[in-house]
Amino acid sequence: MAETKSHIGTQNKKGQTFTDPWQMLHEAPRTPSFYTGSEVIKEALRRASCDVMIAYPITPQSEAAALIGELFAEGYIGDYFRGESEFAVMSQCAGAAFGGARVFTTTAGPGTMRAMENFPMWAGARLPIQMIVTCRGINSPLSIQPDTLEIAYLLNTGMLVWHAETAQDFFDWILKGYMVSEEPDVHLPLALCCDGFFVTHTKDVVNLTPTDMCLPPYDPYRSPVPCMDMECPPVRMMRDPFVMKSNYISYATHASWQQEVWAAVERSRKHTIHWLNGLIDTENTDTEIMIVASGTAVSQGREAIRLLEDEGVRCGLVKVKTLRPWPGEEIREATKNAKHIFVPEFNVTGWLAKEIKATIPNSDRVHAGPHVCGGMTMPPEIIVSEIKTALGMRAESLAGRGS
Amino acid sequence: MTQYRVLPGPEHFLPPSAASMGIYLPNPGEAHINGVIVPEEKAYEEAARQFLMAQVPTIFPGPLVLWAWNEKAAKKAAAVRQLYETLKECVQPGQKPMLIPMPDYRPKYPKINPEVEINPNHPNLTIWHNKIDCCMFVGVHCHQANLSLKIIRGGTSCYTVAMCAQAGHEDAMLSFRDASVEKILKLGDWIRKLKGTVKPRLTSAKTSASN
Repeated sequence: MAETKSHIGTQNKKGQTFTDPWQMLHEAPRTPSFYTGSEVIKEALRRASCDVMIAYPITPQSEAAALIGELFAEGYIGDYFRGESEFAVMSQCAGAAFGGARVFTTTAGPGTMRAMENFPMWAGARLPIQMIVTCRGINSPLSIQPDTLEIAYLLNTGMLVWHAETAQDFFDWILKGYMVSEEPDVHLPLALCCDGFFVTHTKDVVNLTPTDMCLPPYDPYRSPVPCMDMECPPVRMMRDPFVMKSNYISYATHASWQQEVWAAVERSRKHTIHWLNGLIDTENTDTEIMIVASGTAVSQGREAIRLLEDEGVRCGLVKVKTLRPWPGEEIREATKNAKHIFVPEFNVTGWLAKEIKATIPNSDRVHAGPHVCGGMTMPPEIIVSEIKTALGMRAESLAGRGS
Repeated sequence: MTQYRVLPGPEHFLPPSAASMGIYLPNPGEAHINGVIVPEEKAYEEAARQFLMAQVPTIFPGPLVLWAWNEKAAKKAAAVRQLYETLKECVQPGQKPMLIPMPDYRPKYPKINPEVEINPNHPNLTIWHNKIDCCMFVGVHCHQANLSLKIIRGGTSCYTVAMCAQAGHEDAMLSFRDASVEKILKLGDWIRKLKGTVKPRLTSAKTSASN
């Protein structure tokens, strides 16, 4: 409904050209660069036309947060400051997004949990904030090492949740994430997760788009709710919520509001398929043994497949790119030939295996494992061992490994 | 492909959102009728037919066209007014077209006045009070439109049309997308084109689950 004024082709104050996002991400030349994951986050933000970044230090995201501070000093970010705590940061992000800004923040582990109340609030207020979650342990005893347990808590917030495998995923998905989450029929926050340290603190070759190209700015007038109107919901809800009025229609409004958030998650499916080229990637789906994984467990699964092929065992792979929207239909199709489905995970509860079991027919095909947690690494050999044991093949003991 | 269809209610105590039932929004150049994607041209004809069949066809303009916050909004408001005038010209005796504004989304307490406006949190009250059996939302923020459309589907038998400036609404029985001044006026042209060819309903539709 807003005046459709295109910024594409014009320049920002740093001399970057606002570029058609599809052209920038799919057609523009790429430069291979050897960066850590944290540096890759900075480079994505350099091109994201971000208005506000709010930071709070917690390992392993603090490095990325500090690097984005450098971007602010260079003039690529509109505003940047440190909040008093993770809860404060997420509340301040909401304020900035209510005001019509493109907002970015980073978090990890216990900080994510501390701020948790804000995430369903973001979703309920339809705020397209992007939050990088560099997963780490959240339970006692404390650990700063990668562990994806916090993703399980994000799955029911109403946020979009994507799980990147590599730094290259991270670079592309940060930029594509804004394209999906800012669509007016979506307009939801995005939790873009990666396994901390494995991605954030590891150097990798990442193909970057030109530094003189950037995304078009956010247009708050395409929001499905009025921005920053203190009298109108969702802002007024905070001092005069519907549910405080005890009658059917107040409940109906509140219920419909919640349903609308999840409807928007569903609507994101079409846009996510367009930008990520599908919600999953697959290899060898004709095989009877499949590994289904997300994050860096995909890389370990891929290596396990190579090791198994050396022993004459053929195995397929499903890389789950998005957890919300959940690619249920895609996983059902990709695993229809499988007699055994293995779900390696970097957490103790096996939330991904539970999601898959709830999705596919004959769910006793799912082997929830192997699991590692607390930051422990997952050698591909333990995936191989898990598969061989399930198939009744002899597998070497790995218990003495590292001693 | 989903078997779910977005039909006039009353559907359920708490109907599901149509998107969660597998209904997809149309792509540019398309519309949807009852959740089935159709060419936009077919939707103009069907929307015009529904308006001409209804005993109380009603247009609900929202804040995005009611407030002259930019030039385009003012032009759309004029187009909506013209559509209403066309509707009045084309209906038959006994039909009662209405234009009821949705000026804002504030919760209205202690009570809303359904004769003055429609509120997205209590849309069924306005539908019931005025015995509205076909309505069109235009210029309503998408989230608030979806809330209203779903509550209307849940508790009334009103046929809902959405003239959406963005991607459209699954929770309407018929939805356009990328609405412009031209599209609003084109709907008026279709109403004029079908004038006298559509038989109005003899009695108003049921207005609540209980009657």
